[in-house]
Amino acid sequence: MWGLPRDLHPIAWWTWAIGLAAAASFTTNPLLLLLVMGSATVVVMARRSGHPFGRSFRLYALLALVTVVMRVVFRLVFGGQEVGHVLLDLPEVPLPDWAAGVRLLGPVTSEALLAGLYDGLRLAAIILCVGAANSLANPKRLLASVPPALYEIGTALVVAVTIFPQLADSARRVRAAQALRGGATSGVGRLRRFLVPVLEDALERSLALAAGMDTRGYGRSGGASRGERSTTGALLLLALTGICVGTYAWLDPTAPRVLALPMLAAGAVVAVLGLISAGRRVHRTRYRPDPWRTPELVTVGIGLAVAVLGWYVGHAQVAVAYPGVDTMPYLSPLALVVGVLGTVPAAATPVPSSALTGREVPA
Amino acid sequence: MRGVIELRDIGFRYDEQEVLRAVDLTLDEGELVLVSGRTGVGKSTLLGVVTGLVPRFSGGVLSGDVLLDGASIVEQPPRERAHLVGYVGQDPLAGFVADTVEEELAYGMEQLGTAPETMRRRVEETLDLLGIADLRARDLRTLSGGQQQRVAIGSVLTTHPRVLVLDEPTSALDPTAAEDVLATITRLVHDLGLTVLLAEHRLERVVPFADRIALVTGDGTVRVDEPRSVLADSPVAPPLVDLGRLARWDPLPLTVRDARREARSLPDLAPPEPAPARESRPVLVARGVTVVHGALVAVREVDLTLSAGHVTVLMGRNGSGKSSLIWALQGTGRRRSGSIDVDGDDPGELAPAERRTHVGLVPQTAADLLYLESVAEECAAADEGAEAPSGTCRGLLDRLAPGIDTDLHPRDLSEGQRLALALAIVLTARPPVLLLDEPTRGLDYAGKAELARIVADLAADGRAVLLATHDVEFAAHVADDVVVLAEGEVVSSGPPRRVLAESPSFAPQVTKVLGPPWLVVEEVAAALEEVRR
Repeated sequence: MWGLPRDLHPIAWWTWAIGLAAAASFTTNPLLLLLVMGSATVVVMARRSGHPFGRSFRLYALLALVTVVMRVVFRLVFGGQEVGHVLLDLPEVPLPDWAAGVRLLGPVTSEALLAGLYDGLRLAAIILCVGAANSLANPKRLLASVPPALYEIGTALVVAVTIFPQLADSARRVRAAQALRGGATSGVGRLRRFLVPVLEDALERSLALAAGMDTRGYGRSGGASRGERSTTGALLLLALTGICVGTYAWLDPTAPRVLALPMLAAGAVVAVLGLISAGRRVHRTRYRPDPWRTPELVTVGIGLAVAVLGWYVGHAQVAVAYPGVDTMPYLSPLALVVGVLGTVPAAATPVPSSALTGREVPA
Repeated sequence: MRGVIELRDIGFRYDEQEVLRAVDLTLDEGELVLVSGRTGVGKSTLLGVVTGLVPRFSGGVLSGDVLLDGASIVEQPPRERAHLVGYVGQDPLAGFVADTVEEELAYGMEQLGTAPETMRRRVEETLDLLGIADLRARDLRTLSGGQQQRVAIGSVLTTHPRVLVLDEPTSALDPTAAEDVLATITRLVHDLGLTVLLAEHRLERVVPFADRIALVTGDGTVRVDEPRSVLADSPVAPPLVDLGRLARWDPLPLTVRDARREARSLPDLAPPEPAPARESRPVLVARGVTVVHGALVAVREVDLTLSAGHVTVLMGRNGSGKSSLIWALQGTGRRRSGSIDVDGDDPGELAPAERRTHVGLVPQTAADLLYLESVAEECAAADEGAEAPSGTCRGLLDRLAPGIDTDLHPRDLSEGQRLALALAIVLTARPPVLLLDEPTRGLDYAGKAELARIVADLAADGRAVLLATHDVEFAAHVADDVVVLAEGEVVSSGPPRRVLAESPSFAPQVTKVLGPPWLVVEEVAAALEEVRR
């Protein structure tokens, strides 16, 4: 129903995922959290791209699981509240006086365990949502869709993202190579054996990349005149001053109020103007930019709706959003909607085109 | 006719050292000019002057003028020349900015602000022109070396430059991939009238395509002329030209075809005696070695025996499993199954320190082994690490490459000297087996001859040597045995006279001209000597 296979705009996926994560942060209800995690997973399974980062979801799932386990184990080790149903009566480890306030072991109550579990689930849901965004949208394309004036920063970030796997590669290579010769095997000597070649390699690669980008025209000055350039500079400087003064006044209650929010707003407006002015002199075009169509709007809308409804549940239905550890958590109809609404993009978006081409085994 | 690019009285120097002096070079439209010369004489510098990377990325002082279509561009940084001069560096992967083929092709045009419709059209045209349309959505890192090189060329072609500058485009490629890339370049020259300036070590690959050669002599000047006249007395020359000089053919043949015609005039030569089969003791015996990376079978049930005093050459296209096999033989690379036996031990089960005394390995990037500030420190560290008497490594180095100043920083050594240093460090542990992964990278003919001598010396000492290389001429010189891998399996093995001569892609030039059993120029020289006496 949503047309031919194509990749959804990365901003749409990130908005959706952040919406889900926001909703998750407004509750500790395990049922609702599980539903949110479930809907993120469903969408990832249905729409993840075939690129390498599309396979990263499993890592995030693992990380989420570790988070939950850690939270529960921490509650166990450092004890919880004294009251409640004791499940297991562990002896408390006596600590010296200076560690007052810290408890080691002691009786394990079901309440403490549940509190740890709920808390862990909330963190896990947020991690899973970020993971979902990462495996659904190419992070590089997200960085590449910044406005023209910020293009240089975007490229720098893209390059940094690219350099990391290469650094891991060269680290592996150097480690293997250094094992081929004898020499210092401990302390500073060993670190040096490893670091010097890796850093040399990284430096050389960066230079090669910089040369490559330069010869391809990166950072061409374009046709801006001197006047235009100084206008842009003045605008951005003005904006920076406005934002600084505004922030200061906002944080300092003794400063006149007119310097606070109004100043901040004015600074922001001037900053936008400056960026537009800077963007206008950039003569650069985008090859096949991701279009923004109905599926993108739907996805963003779903993300916003989930966040707003989640916030509403968190404030209006406190018993549902933050269930006590002594009662069985339950869901209200509205909470149920929050939990399942997030799955809509699984059907409402086109199949990513990279899911079809990217499946080839690398040669 | 006015040239597209004119270099006028170009001089370039670092503080003390003069690299280029009084260089005048004019490139005409639709011309392929080959830049040749020994390693380190300034070939890359000359290319950098055209692209603008020199002196901006190299430091140093440039004098003289560079004209493009009559306008001076010497003051313009590389980015302002991007629409006129396209540059592809030695390692295409290092210069890639995007992550898929299509985006990489479009990158240059995005920077120049080309209209979206034009971009779309040119990307499609370029994909077809280079025959890489089926790779369009692929991740650049998963491509083979030849494919990467073609994508890199394509990505500068999309901006329709007047001049294409290529620095050793085939140095990392196997013979077949190199031919593909060169055929592509030739087509661009012939069909599009593109001007190409290309530096390359392995002249045997490029000379047939070159219109002129710019020979960078050692003293900073450049000699530009027809290939025939430059090659007549150039210090670097492909085996074909060596053969021609030897047989005093005039004009010098530049293609195998020309040489074959000339070869009819040679007197009857006694074919070289096949080397007598030497009795030798196997040192390393590998049986059924299998290496798996994820879902990919890199090496499949390979049997290999390395004998004392024998040099075995491992060949095969990029990604055929040569490196995986070498690392598995050394013991660091994990093997799925199979057995390896070196003097009764399995290197895979030894501690790294023990492994070093059984099998020595010099990796593809020899610089990964080095980490200290001077050659002397490196040697001392090697002696200490191998618990060898002090001076062992230094002594080995003096034998391998005499006359290296020990105060030099390893990075200041030439490619060949650095390789010798890495070799000396590895040999300090006295391993009976020595493995070399692609040692000929970046070496010129003299460097390769030196390496061939070193390898022969090591074998004469009773070591078993295995080396992986793409360089058929080098293989023909050093090999006692040749093993060809494809898809991780051994497809042929045996003496070079059989394996190399039989294969159309691995046959050295002399074999192509004179037919088997001839392999190298030296054999022809000896036979000619015999006849002339």
